[in-house]
Amino acid sequence: MAAEQKFTPQTWPESPEQATLEGKNKFLGFWFFLGGETVLFASLFATYLALKDSVPSDTHAKAADLFELPLVFLMTMLLLTSSLTSVFAMYHMKNYSFKKMQQWLFITVVLGLGFLACEIYEFYHYYHAFEHKFTSSAFGSAFYTLVGFHGGHVVFGLSWIIALMIRNAKRGLNLYNAPKFYLASLYWHFIDVVWVFIFTVVYLMGMVG
Amino acid sequence: MANLHPKSGDPKVTYEYRRKKNAEEMRMQVITFTMMIFFTVIAFVAVGAGFSKWFIIPFVLLLAVVQVIFQLYYFMHMSHKGHEAPQLFMYSGVIVAFITILAFLTIIWL
Repeated sequence: MAAEQKFTPQTWPESPEQATLEGKNKFLGFWFFLGGETVLFASLFATYLALKDSVPSDTHAKAADLFELPLVFLMTMLLLTSSLTSVFAMYHMKNYSFKKMQQWLFITVVLGLGFLACEIYEFYHYYHAFEHKFTSSAFGSAFYTLVGFHGGHVVFGLSWIIALMIRNAKRGLNLYNAPKFYLASLYWHFIDVVWVFIFTVVYLMGMVG
Repeated sequence: MANLHPKSGDPKVTYEYRRKKNAEEMRMQVITFTMMIFFTVIAFVAVGAGFSKWFIIPFVLLLAVVQVIFQLYYFMHMSHKGHEAPQLFMYSGVIVAFITILAFLTIIWL
């Protein structure tokens, strides 16, 4: 089956992301990568937990002084909803409706950008209102590394999805780009998986001490 | 192309069957999403209400684990057939993750 073959909704295969050998390989390789990412984030979480509230003096803000639940709640809702919209996008990908897939991916990107804006504001606020800096304490370093690494993943995921949307805008769906869209959405879900633990372990558990 | 429609010889029947199956799955996804939102709200409310931290910490961690299972098995389709390798990779990752966090909390945490 040629990767550039034209399809109709009727002839579109059931699992287009794995219909070619290249697609199967990408699928396997990407899940292997996600297993590795799990370990990477675990080491950052472990470091954060070990160094939480390790500040040189009482003048430094601790977790419970810094965090505000409403902002974190808003960020959680934005990212969780963007996870659902990317599921919608993959639903339309499987039904071979390219336009609807692009529309849902666009909504996903908008929600992701909203999340990113909140995070930038958050870091800016901590820096200026609390003097909470990367270099001010072990707590600061561990916090910015963990949450910043997740933010970096959001930036990468957004760039990836935007690049796919633009590059394939005129091409439509085929077995060459279906695996690409599918993996980008897997990556986006994984970002949400990590965020679930960040809002729980960093923010919620940080608030209760 | 023949191997793509194993269940039926009639492409039209298979097509309609798949459309229906996809739509049903999508309803499941929306239910999953609703439950994830619900768990998130409960976790935030539990912290906002100011219960004892010995109740809150295990409680919100449990909710997080349930949410992640939903995310992996429904949103990322790990409940589908042909996901044996992803399961091996993810569970291996989770084991190493758990050991890493355990080691940091017991050896380094003073």
